[in-house]
Amino acid sequence: MKKEEIPQDDGALNKLTKEVVYAVDSEGRYTTALSTGWNVKATALDVAWKDIEERVALARQKVLNKEVSPLLYFMELNLMDTATLAAYTGFWKWTIQRHMKPSVFNQLPEKKLQQYATAFNISVAELKKIDPA
Amino acid sequence: MKVDFEHLQAAHCENGVTTNLLKSAGVNQLTEPLSFGIGSGIFFVYIPLLKINNGPAIAFRTMPGLIFKRTCNALRIPVIRKKFSSKETAEKVLEECLQAGQPVGCQVGVYFLTYFPKEYRFHFNAHNLIVYGREDDRYLISDPIMENVTTLSRYELERVRFAKGALAPRGQLYYPKQHTVVTDDQIKQAIKNGIKKSVNDMLRIPFNIAGVKGIAGTGKKIKRWKNQLGTQQAGLYLAQLVRMQEEIGTGGGGFRYIYGAFLQEAYAYHRNEALLEISNQFTQSGDRWRNAAVQAAGIYKGRIGTQADFDVMGDYLLEIAEIEKKAFTALGQIKWQ
Repeated sequence: MKKEEIPQDDGALNKLTKEVVYAVDSEGRYTTALSTGWNVKATALDVAWKDIEERVALARQKVLNKEVSPLLYFMELNLMDTATLAAYTGFWKWTIQRHMKPSVFNQLPEKKLQQYATAFNISVAELKKIDPA
Repeated sequence: MKVDFEHLQAAHCENGVTTNLLKSAGVNQLTEPLSFGIGSGIFFVYIPLLKINNGPAIAFRTMPGLIFKRTCNALRIPVIRKKFSSKETAEKVLEECLQAGQPVGCQVGVYFLTYFPKEYRFHFNAHNLIVYGREDDRYLISDPIMENVTTLSRYELERVRFAKGALAPRGQLYYPKQHTVVTDDQIKQAIKNGIKKSVNDMLRIPFNIAGVKGIAGTGKKIKRWKNQLGTQQAGLYLAQLVRMQEEIGTGGGGFRYIYGAFLQEAYAYHRNEALLEISNQFTQSGDRWRNAAVQAAGIYKGRIGTQADFDVMGDYLLEIAEIEKKAFTALGQIKWQ
């Protein structure tokens, strides 16, 4: 890539900083320059976020349908998978799978709910209810 | 409390931390491309079965932590690296280092990294930054991907140092043990050994998941993605590929460009014309990676998406594998002085 061809599009990172990019000058020597971003990269990030939004919406619907406990919704909302949630709460993955069942979740003692609430950075009351907006 | 330290921006976080920490320890010759090359940072791997953020696990560089480790080893600089089970001890040790005038590299998770834009904050635990002081309740932070230095509160720093999940940093900190002067001859040897290691990594790992065989293997897989996954899911996979390739600051197969820059700098030490020629091949490879990313973007934006478009995408990677195979083979044949 030539130095003049370094993309200067807008990107999410641009709010924070420009990025260093390596490129060659007219004599083929490597040099660095700053870039504000590249739309190819920005769209890749958009696609990832759109997927997350869809997963969150789907999880939310499943919770409202009482197919699954609110854990799934908050897990998706916090971009976690079961392994990450297990690491943050200290529960085993299979325990979390069990707690995904509404019948099991509704019987959970306050202490365990608090472990989840802490991992999601919310209160136990918020964990228990998803408002049907 | 502030340590004598110079912040230099880099394209990639671990290169930057390595370069800046070693410079502050007296290794004045070091640049980002030299760290990347000496630390054998260039790589490719497609890890089968593992999923990251519900997509394929693809990396364009070595395992986190290896660039620093290998660069220090190559220059015979002893390293201190500590992990902690207790948050209190982790902070105490950090404080002691700063008191002693030692800037400290930390592995952190970006999900809670407050100064990052929200769009970048995934559960990714292998970001690196340097702590170089504290003023009242705020730690002074040099994040190599940023133009300027920043700060984090005690709590914020603790939270990112103790992020959990895959590659959890567990408070990990690291720094060169002592001030070291490195001779140009040592750098020269380290360049040679770094290149040899990369040639091995890229050409001689069996199976088609790593190195140039991994690139070709991924190209072939991509051609099957449309049928296997459906266009939408395949688009998500491609977006993930591009995001891994474009890891902050390394835009467009940027690691290939950094390697090209490294070979030009290597020429200053070795005076072997072949290095300049091979540097050009890495520039070509980087350009192809960029073209591939543009093609991928066409697919994940939904602008194109026929099987032929996936074939073109896969063929880009097959072509890249050929270019890099030639380049690394040529590097392997260099007669070193």
